[in-house]
Amino acid sequence: MSTNEVGLSRGRKLTLAALLTFIAIVWIIPMAMALLSSFRYFEADTLKNGPFSWPETLTLDNYREAWRVGEIPRHFWNTMFITIPALVLILMLSSMVAYACSRYSWKFNVFFLVLFTAGNLMPQQVIFQPLFQIFKKTPWPDLLSDTNTGTLLGTKVGVILIHVAFQTGFCTFVLSNYMKTIPKELGEAAMVDGASVWRQYWQIILPLCRPAFAALATLEFTWLYNDFFWGNVLLQQGDQKPITSSISVLNGQYASDYNLIAAASMMIALPTLAVYLALQKQFISGLTLGANKG
Amino acid sequence: MSTDIAEAAPPAGRRRRFSQLSRNDKLVLLVMVGVPAFLHIVLVWIPAILTGVLSFMEWDNVTPISSAEFVGFRNYWQIFTIFDNQLFPALFNNMVLIVWLFLCSAVGIGLAYLLDKNLKGTRFYQSTYYFPVVLSVAVVGFIWKSVMFGRETGLLNLIWPGEPIDFVGDQTKIFEIQFPFLDFPLGLSRNFAALLLAMAWRHIGYIMVLYLAGLKSFDPSLREAASIDGCTEWQTFRRVVFPGLKPINVVVAVITVIEALRAYDIVAALSEPRGTEVMGTLVTNSLTGEGGGRVGIGSAYGMVLFLLCIGFIIWYVVNNFREHES
Repeated sequence: MSTNEVGLSRGRKLTLAALLTFIAIVWIIPMAMALLSSFRYFEADTLKNGPFSWPETLTLDNYREAWRVGEIPRHFWNTMFITIPALVLILMLSSMVAYACSRYSWKFNVFFLVLFTAGNLMPQQVIFQPLFQIFKKTPWPDLLSDTNTGTLLGTKVGVILIHVAFQTGFCTFVLSNYMKTIPKELGEAAMVDGASVWRQYWQIILPLCRPAFAALATLEFTWLYNDFFWGNVLLQQGDQKPITSSISVLNGQYASDYNLIAAASMMIALPTLAVYLALQKQFISGLTLGANKG
Repeated sequence: MSTDIAEAAPPAGRRRRFSQLSRNDKLVLLVMVGVPAFLHIVLVWIPAILTGVLSFMEWDNVTPISSAEFVGFRNYWQIFTIFDNQLFPALFNNMVLIVWLFLCSAVGIGLAYLLDKNLKGTRFYQSTYYFPVVLSVAVVGFIWKSVMFGRETGLLNLIWPGEPIDFVGDQTKIFEIQFPFLDFPLGLSRNFAALLLAMAWRHIGYIMVLYLAGLKSFDPSLREAASIDGCTEWQTFRRVVFPGLKPINVVVAVITVIEALRAYDIVAALSEPRGTEVMGTLVTNSLTGEGGGRVGIGSAYGMVLFLLCIGFIIWYVVNNFREHES
């Protein structure tokens, strides 16, 4: 596509490749070292021989220990319990707003788009304290959560709600740009045939937005999975916390055993890395859909 | 790329008017916007406004909220003057972060430009530079703390010429600046400098991917024309490509500034022995944990952060939607 590559001599190509490879190696080192450490004993091996020595023995003990003490499975399900419903709700709600604001002109459509986009850029800390109080005052049946406070505070539903409220902003922005590129004639034809607004949305627009949904879903999955702030400040009981908090727990108990925490880190990183490597194309198009405004 | 399609689409006037719709359809549309908007306003905008209100109150977070007292600008007065002077060091760190992340963005743009030359292995380079972005900050924080920063085992200490340094805890200043309105100097501490490296690891790849997509969509004929006119590669980039990618430049600038201002996660995950604060951690610390119970002060910090951000947010949103409507 681009003509940027024209006129590169062989020598320059080699220099460039060497430079890019060097940077790639620098980029991989921290991760590779952590991965290697996670298979080594800390006191008997890493500390004695230094982290850059050839490992004496390779072991899975760190993984076993971290799995057990860090309660990785429990925290993983906590995270999934938040991530999946939040993801579905975010895509549903933001596609509805995007549809209404981009396919119809009415007085406040730009206002709503601005409101959502600006809200998404707000620092989380600014809204934290009042949100905490709002959740504390909102009754919520204990039946629907695994706490016994009778309020939204400390429930996973509360975390899901704030994720939905926040991330709907970004997705609305991306989806409305995407929907603007769908020809208006499609909707008009359906209108003449007597299709209601809801049917046009559900049967015409949504199916056409599949690529955008795929892109947003992969992107939002990693964002929600990686969330460090809301899960930690809103969920107060240790066994409720999301997987990203496992490291802090292990850090408290095994502060000196870096290799054990490295094993936990690898396990925590695995799902998002797998999603990224498998769905790289969706991932990157999700980011660029947001930036490459239609 | 997608910009062309938008321009080819019929003008906004041909979008269906709301008033032409049946009552039922209007109701459906109202619900479609109303439900998400309600959630968003109640959980994001109203709390933001309430933080503004709380910043003029004094409240300990324990007694009922009705006991909160209106104290006017006292919280602001305190954080800007007497209150153990945490605000200015944190603001300074945020400013350092803005400058640093802009440098990182420049590197990311440079990498994107190099990758756009379609050398062999471009996909591999791209995935490698980008992968730190998908890691949780908790993981990034730990990896850097153990692999790079550790006193005995850290890589940075192996290449560091002098005495081993505890890069996570060492608050020795690398440089200091004396401001006339403060009676103590502000500076960049060693542990914050170390943190900047970890942030670069994530930021550069992010910007690279964004910019690469922009470059791919850039009209090649403009570039050809420039080189026929005798522009060097640098001149072509400076005068033709870079200005031509203004929408992406705006996005990169906003992401960079906002990320720098609302930085919290990685600072919180990395600096275990506290001492290196940014606005994000300052707000959180005054509201939760040991320093909790200073709701008024914390909210005032929050409002300073909010006011810093909102200018950029408005600039971006106005820029974005004005172009859309034209």
